[in-house]
Amino acid sequence: MVSPLDHKLLRDLWRMKGQAMAIGMVIAVGVGMLVMMTGLVTSLNETRAAYYERYRLADVFAPVTRAPDRLAGRLAAIDGVRSVEARVIGGALIDLDGIDLPVQAQAVSLPDLRNPRLNGVFLTDGRMIDRDRTDEILLLQSFAMAHGLRPGDRIQATMNGARRGFRIVGLAQSPEFLYTTAPGELIPDDARFGVIWMSRSALAAAYDMEGAFNEALLSLTRGANPAAVQEAVDRILIPYGGTGAYPLADQTSNRFVSEEISGLEAAAAGVPPVFLAVAAFLLYIVINRMVQSEREEIGLMKAFGYTNTEVGGHYFKLVMAIAIGGALAGCLMGIAGGRALIHIYIAYFKFPFLVFQLDPASFVTGVSVSILSASVGGMLVLRSVFALTPATAMRAPAPADYSRTGKMGRALNVWLDQPSRMVVRRITRQPGRMAGAMIGIACGMALCVSMITIYAGFDRTIDLTFNVIDRSDVMVSFNQDVSETAIFNLRRMEGVTLVEPVRHVPAILRNGRNSHRGVVTGLAPDARLNRALDNDLAEIPLQKTGIALSTALADILKIRPGDMLTVDVRTGRQPVLQIPVTAVAQSLLGAPAYMDLAALNRVLREPNRVSGAYLSIDQVHASAIYTKLQDMPTVAGVGLKSQAEVAFQTLMNTGAGAIRYVMGAIAFVITFGIVYNAARIAYAERSRDLASLRVIGFTRAETAFVLLGELAIVTLVALPLGGVLGYYLSFSIAAGFSSELYQIPAIFDPASYGFAAMVVIGAAVGSGWLVKRDIDRAELVSALKTRE
Amino acid sequence: MTRNTFSTKGLTKVYGEGRSAVHALRGVDLDIPEGEIVVLLGPSGSGKSTLLNIIGGLDRATDGTALFHDQNLSEMSDRELTRYRRDHVGFVFQFYNLMPSLTARENVELVTEIARDPMDSDEALAMVGLRERVDHFPAQLSGGEQQRVAIARAVAKNPTVLFCDEPTGALDSTTGRSVLNVLKDVNEKLGATVLIVTHAASQAAMADRVIHFADGGIRKVVLNEKKLTPEEIEW
Ligand SMILES: Nc1ncnc2c1ncn2[C@@H]1O[C@H](COP(=O)(O)OP(=O)(O)OP(=O)(O)O)[C@@H](O)[C@H]1O
Ligand SMILES: [Mg+2]
Repeated sequence: MVSPLDHKLLRDLWRMKGQAMAIGMVIAVGVGMLVMMTGLVTSLNETRAAYYERYRLADVFAPVTRAPDRLAGRLAAIDGVRSVEARVIGGALIDLDGIDLPVQAQAVSLPDLRNPRLNGVFLTDGRMIDRDRTDEILLLQSFAMAHGLRPGDRIQATMNGARRGFRIVGLAQSPEFLYTTAPGELIPDDARFGVIWMSRSALAAAYDMEGAFNEALLSLTRGANPAAVQEAVDRILIPYGGTGAYPLADQTSNRFVSEEISGLEAAAAGVPPVFLAVAAFLLYIVINRMVQSEREEIGLMKAFGYTNTEVGGHYFKLVMAIAIGGALAGCLMGIAGGRALIHIYIAYFKFPFLVFQLDPASFVTGVSVSILSASVGGMLVLRSVFALTPATAMRAPAPADYSRTGKMGRALNVWLDQPSRMVVRRITRQPGRMAGAMIGIACGMALCVSMITIYAGFDRTIDLTFNVIDRSDVMVSFNQDVSETAIFNLRRMEGVTLVEPVRHVPAILRNGRNSHRGVVTGLAPDARLNRALDNDLAEIPLQKTGIALSTALADILKIRPGDMLTVDVRTGRQPVLQIPVTAVAQSLLGAPAYMDLAALNRVLREPNRVSGAYLSIDQVHASAIYTKLQDMPTVAGVGLKSQAEVAFQTLMNTGAGAIRYVMGAIAFVITFGIVYNAARIAYAERSRDLASLRVIGFTRAETAFVLLGELAIVTLVALPLGGVLGYYLSFSIAAGFSSELYQIPAIFDPASYGFAAMVVIGAAVGSGWLVKRDIDRAELVSALKTRE
Repeated sequence: MTRNTFSTKGLTKVYGEGRSAVHALRGVDLDIPEGEIVVLLGPSGSGKSTLLNIIGGLDRATDGTALFHDQNLSEMSDRELTRYRRDHVGFVFQFYNLMPSLTARENVELVTEIARDPMDSDEALAMVGLRERVDHFPAQLSGGEQQRVAIARAVAKNPTVLFCDEPTGALDSTTGRSVLNVLKDVNEKLGATVLIVTHAASQAAMADRVIHFADGGIRKVVLNEKKLTPEEIEW
């Protein structure tokens, strides 16, 4: 037999189904997001690991200028090295019909007689190259797709200064090139960087590398010490121009994938708990009020001899039913959401297959966190259940004491009509309950404010990066570091209004145990096009000695102005420099480090060297300028800022950043849930009063006003409070979305607050309308007959 | 000699403190022998419900002792009081106090479920003439019908003592009489001690003992030589 208390439980749930569902939804979205995000992260990590393993991605990459093939044997003999692949790579420019600018590409050799031992390729279309045909190539699939190239097509490419024709025989993917970024740029773009695979002998011929290699790939045995291996590799290769072996973690494509995945991870760790906390709080308020309104029934049960535990258990079950129901719904939503999103991400990350894996731990975490938070709320409620004495049951419900408001009421009598007075008295008389509703709505406001602030932050990042920090139109990069005369040649071009030299020096930046493989950027003094700016967007004067680090970099290295930075230069003579940090610059893209160009050249003892230039051009001459640039032998690549901006926008809207839309939607759902709840509770508490009002002759509108007026006032008071909460919350959410790749600032943007307020008010109006419908429908007689 | 179900000494109850204190009971000395029907009469506000609450284990006295058999209710812990109510006491409250979200039958089951030796809930409802209405919710019942459900609920557990606070206040003479008959049955068949608070002085005629209450104290106790049956009572 089902116990009568369980009947009561079910009926109570049914009676408060709107509320229960609203709270359940809030819990569900919190849990759902947790399950979805952790599922995404686990699946992406698993898929990546499987992909890397299946195609034997190297653990260590060792670039070198020119090393004889026999060195490969010595590398293989290093302790901890499992296998070695020596290959030839080289920069190339691909000419495509209908595109002004040549596209940069990397040519990669494939062994002539066997499959590569490391860094295999996955053929998606066409066939492998024939080792006897030197003009046959494989092309990176994503690049080919971006340009509509297919097997059988022919392309022109310039390698080592010589222009040649090639035939595409197949399209391929590789775990090494999930993301391709043109040299000197930070944002990956499928269309603007290509990868060409061709036979080792053909490529060696093109780059004068017969009998030699310029990149060694190594895989390690289990338990090998990567640092020791890298050191050993460097000892062997540095005499041949080795620029330092680096681990997979520092490999461009992998680093990017890692950043994106950890971006998702951070969002998964940071945001759902906020939602769950809000849900727990809501549950507490609702159940607490329910217990208050059921005081007599609780007293009655106790009068019959039900123990505190039995009565408490009943209400606890109610809490649990909602919490567990919500959590289970959340798990299902999370699975469905994860399944839907994972395909988008798999395509985004260009994984050729999917290892879909839900993290069972996330279900456990999700469900137990929601049960736990609901329990905390439930426990607080139980205290008041225990405190009620059974004698309460035998007393008629005492009318709430409004006498304390008498004085104020008299003052207000002058200008308030009766219903308005009821509203004001209730709010002043029961500040505790009103505060509960208000804090709830403020939480909703805070969620909305912070999410909308984040949206504005993304726009801000783009604006700051492409309109404030970088004001150039074109970025030119040279084949290698060249003398400043190249700059004069650019200045002389017709239509070029401003040229600013820049030098990018690859380096490992170290501070104690923290290090970062990046680039030191040398900027011209009084730069106009690309500048180092401080937090107030004022230009940072670059000192004659010293380096300015971006905020992100300073955070990674845990370094402050005044500290000494170790710069382990990875080019030329590869000196190790000690340079004082003089300033922290604001940057929202990447983690740059800035130095005065002349100062940089001086410490490197390479005067008058530049590696590229920023150009400001007259758009009328754009096409002519591109053609001229293309014909300059020193120019390795030309990037348009407008293209970079589009690529960045795409990145933000498809990668980890895309989650912000999901979260925003969820924040709106939660906000509505909260406001609707507040309205329902107020109605439940007052349904008898409202019915009495109707009985004594108040109209429907007047009756509704008593309730909705209260809701309106509570909402209006909650808005500024929520604004303040949201201001602080937005910092932690912004941190969740920021990665090494780009940073999202939490900026105070009045429009965001206005919009969030509109959302909350909209939710209040919607909830008010729903409740008003119920007030209109309420049957007077039954409302009066029983106490509830 | 029959032993006393209840025996109180100097029972005092004060609500509130200081100037606004209400002395609901002012030292009540009372013995209620086992198996009797006792009627409490008295003006409104004289403390009848308060007395019932205290000896029913719902509330605690401010001062004085209240014995149930040999157990001192004043010294019981909350847990013991709960046990006492659960095992021995049936209540019919002045304000019905049904659970609005439970049907008539479920309201009765609420009590039978935790009782030691309950009767069938439908049987209890049949006793008060509500066999046909077992599946109705309180909101679908009239005031008198709700009261009868409350009585069925109180007797269904086969209580040792039955407290009825104005059980017939809302009833017409026919149903009122049948309710009183139920109480009489419980008293005679189960040997339960029955305490009835009422404003209808005529009902005192069916009691073994009539206690006249006024201003928080007992004015007089009258023992009936000859009890009337509910049918013989004037309404
Ligand atoms: N919780 C309380 N707080 C303060 N005073 C109370 C409380 N309960 C009862 N009283 C007061 O105690 C006195 C006795 O109340 P009680 O309910 O026992 O009267 P009663 O005899 O049952 O009256 P009625 O016949 O009207 O039910 C009354 O003056 C009442 O106002
Ligand atoms: Mg009374």
